[in-house]
Amino acid sequence: MNKKSKFKQIMAIRGMGAALTAFVGLVVIYVAFGLIQPQVFSMRNILNLLRSMSKYLLIGVGQSYLLITGNIDLSIGSVVAMSAMISATLMSAGVNVLIAILVALICCLIVGLINGILVGKFQLPPFIATMGTMFVGRGVAYMVNGNRNTNAISSGIGKEAADAFQNFFYYGSTFGVYNTFWIALIIFIAFFFLLSKTRTGRHIYAIGSNVDAAKLSGVSVIATVTKAYMVSAFCAFVVGLILCAQAGMGNMEAGNVYEMYGVAAGVIGGVSPLGGTGLLLGTFAGAAVWQTLENGLSMAGAPVGIQRIVIGIIVVGAVLMDIVFRRGIGGHKAPAKAQEAKKETK
Amino acid sequence: MNEVIVSMQGISKSFPGVKALDDVKFKLRSGEVMALLGENGAGKSTLMKILSGVYTRDSGTMEIFGKSYGNLTPKQAQAVGVAIIHQELNMCRHLTVAENMFLGREKVKGVMLSDAQMEKEAADILGELKIDIDPRQVVGDLPVSKQQMVEIAKALSTKARVLIMDEPTSALTSREIDDLFRIIHQLKESGCGIVYISHRLEELAHIVDRVTIMRDGQYITSMNFADTTLDEIIAHMVGREIKEKFPRVHCEKGKKVFEVKHLNAGRMVRDVSFELYEGEIVGFAGLMGAGRTETTRAIFGVDPKDGGEIVLDGKRIDIHGPQDAIRAGIVLAPEDRKKDGLCTKLSIRHNIALPNLDLLCNKLGVVSQVKEDAMCDKAVQNLKIKTPNVDVDAGNLSGGNQQKVVVGKWLARDSRVVMFDEPTRGIDVAAKVEIYNLMNQLKQQGIAVMFVSSEMPEVMGIADRIIVMCDGRITGEVMAGETTQNEILTLATKFENKFAKENGEGGAHA
Repeated sequence: MNKKSKFKQIMAIRGMGAALTAFVGLVVIYVAFGLIQPQVFSMRNILNLLRSMSKYLLIGVGQSYLLITGNIDLSIGSVVAMSAMISATLMSAGVNVLIAILVALICCLIVGLINGILVGKFQLPPFIATMGTMFVGRGVAYMVNGNRNTNAISSGIGKEAADAFQNFFYYGSTFGVYNTFWIALIIFIAFFFLLSKTRTGRHIYAIGSNVDAAKLSGVSVIATVTKAYMVSAFCAFVVGLILCAQAGMGNMEAGNVYEMYGVAAGVIGGVSPLGGTGLLLGTFAGAAVWQTLENGLSMAGAPVGIQRIVIGIIVVGAVLMDIVFRRGIGGHKAPAKAQEAKKETK
Repeated sequence: MNEVIVSMQGISKSFPGVKALDDVKFKLRSGEVMALLGENGAGKSTLMKILSGVYTRDSGTMEIFGKSYGNLTPKQAQAVGVAIIHQELNMCRHLTVAENMFLGREKVKGVMLSDAQMEKEAADILGELKIDIDPRQVVGDLPVSKQQMVEIAKALSTKARVLIMDEPTSALTSREIDDLFRIIHQLKESGCGIVYISHRLEELAHIVDRVTIMRDGQYITSMNFADTTLDEIIAHMVGREIKEKFPRVHCEKGKKVFEVKHLNAGRMVRDVSFELYEGEIVGFAGLMGAGRTETTRAIFGVDPKDGGEIVLDGKRIDIHGPQDAIRAGIVLAPEDRKKDGLCTKLSIRHNIALPNLDLLCNKLGVVSQVKEDAMCDKAVQNLKIKTPNVDVDAGNLSGGNQQKVVVGKWLARDSRVVMFDEPTRGIDVAAKVEIYNLMNQLKQQGIAVMFVSSEMPEVMGIADRIIVMCDGRITGEVMAGETTQNEILTLATKFENKFAKENGEGGAHA
């Protein structure tokens, strides 16, 4: 009895249905691939899966913040590249690791701040504003090291420091799981908390649901939207460090189209691209689904083309489900009114 | 009790092109319910939005609880103790009842939201108001009437001492109106001042102490409700006498052209039946939200119909979308010219050609320049559209000329029924007369004209027959020559009596 009501309570949380559906989908997909290619079930593969999904998880968290406010951030991929290039350039020039990271962080947050001001204060369409910062950010990534990828970071800070950096973000593991996943998980939990338990989080949902109502209730739209863009920039920054650690150098093309992976992870997990609903739990599942598909398809020997096609279909299918679901509860305008009229005439 | 808690003096407010408020004064005392009355566009909502910080005033002074305020923001107004329940529902439909009620002033413990506390307080307020809603429910899942109650609860949860209700009953059922009035009495007794805006004059007697009447953005008068009559109130609201010249052309009423039988489409079009004849203009009068626009949209096939029959020249026709209506010769000049009537960024030429491309194209779908030129020239000449050439963007024309383009595109094909929805809104007097003449021309050509207008004088001056709607139903039909504004206004406010009388009318609603 008690158990049942607890379950009911959990299911009553908005977006939980969609998030759990994504988890169910994840299990189905995983098991299906495992049956085709038993290697999928191996511990080694599971660990690899967790590590590679971390990037999508972080990107997904950032993008979900924007999607929930009813906006979008197209500059994520470029911020990833900026983070990787700036930190790698500094490190390969021998700058202390922590300082390199700090400089990269500041640069990335500035992009988030600019996005927030353009969209929140000047009310530019988010698509245009963040497309602008996308190009500018990529340009900056190119220019940091004079239009070429960086040398190995070990050439600047030395092998020992480079190994420490690379192990911390990518190659090392703690309690048997790669650090990358732990880092992503901690950030995920922090932003999960921010979104679901704090005033800022509540305002993010409110703005996505009805920006006028939020404004009239005294919510600062500018501050809230800016915070959301800063979160997204921060997540992209971390992913940039992970890519830098993985390669041991900075790559100008790092993070290309990652912003779309973020949209996909969120949307598969039930975050509505129209704003107002979605749980980061769903984004977690979405990122895992994405990575499992990629991993499973390649292990099953499917060519890259097929991978892209399958992923594309799944994303559109998820949004289609979202829209059908919305019509289901929200109702098509006219019939809902008709029902009311019927009630009244009774 | 009874001290003045709100005093507004000399308030003016302009929007681009419109003077919404002109030197308006307003006073509210504690413990009273003040009805703020006036026709659509009189400026009631604008005045209250200034008081609640949604708009800023251009000039004038504003005192609340004896303190003088400059420009308020919604949040400041809330802190001062002014709460407003907006006409349009302003809820975040994805959030719960409690989350909505505490939006913008969430309770926190450290950085954590304390949902439990907010839910409890919300439950307390709802309980106090005897509103049976679970604070954890998602607002979007509630029926509109319940959402309205949540709005009220939200306003009260701010501990407001001045409560503004803008058309609070429009979405409520009779029992809920009972509840609302009970709450209003309760608040009044506790010393709150309440501003009550409503078109449902018959409701006033249940709650109102004083009335303030506005017209055309100006303050007219205020008085004790007990010292006045509804007729006097209506006379103040309508005010102006009909002096403008309305060109009227007399025609023999010909055969029946168009008939609508038992049309139903949602809540705003309920069992609407009427007929249009050759040689007459039929006016549709009523208040805003009476369902007239919805009726034209349903006929034209923009909105889905739930039932009903449409007969043109004795033949029943099926209209599933605007293209069916256009093909049959039933056309609509919609209410919002810029939004629905014109592609403002396209030229006059392209606007006129757009619904007539079937006539202008050859079999391959190529537009014939020659035919297009001819069609546009004819329209510009016949309608006297003032423009240097037809390649000017429609959006750059004056309101009157825009309206002519809307009409022109329909007259380029053989239309049988033309529906005008507020064709003279926002255009100057001279242009209005031209639109009237245009309607008269159509009338003379034997085209059935349906003329929806909220401006009583023009309906009475131009239409031959007037159909009055209220709340989605036709409540009466009068001949223009034999009626008065008061008669029409009475019909236009003939709401179904939702407020059950004390002795209970039980099943009288059926």
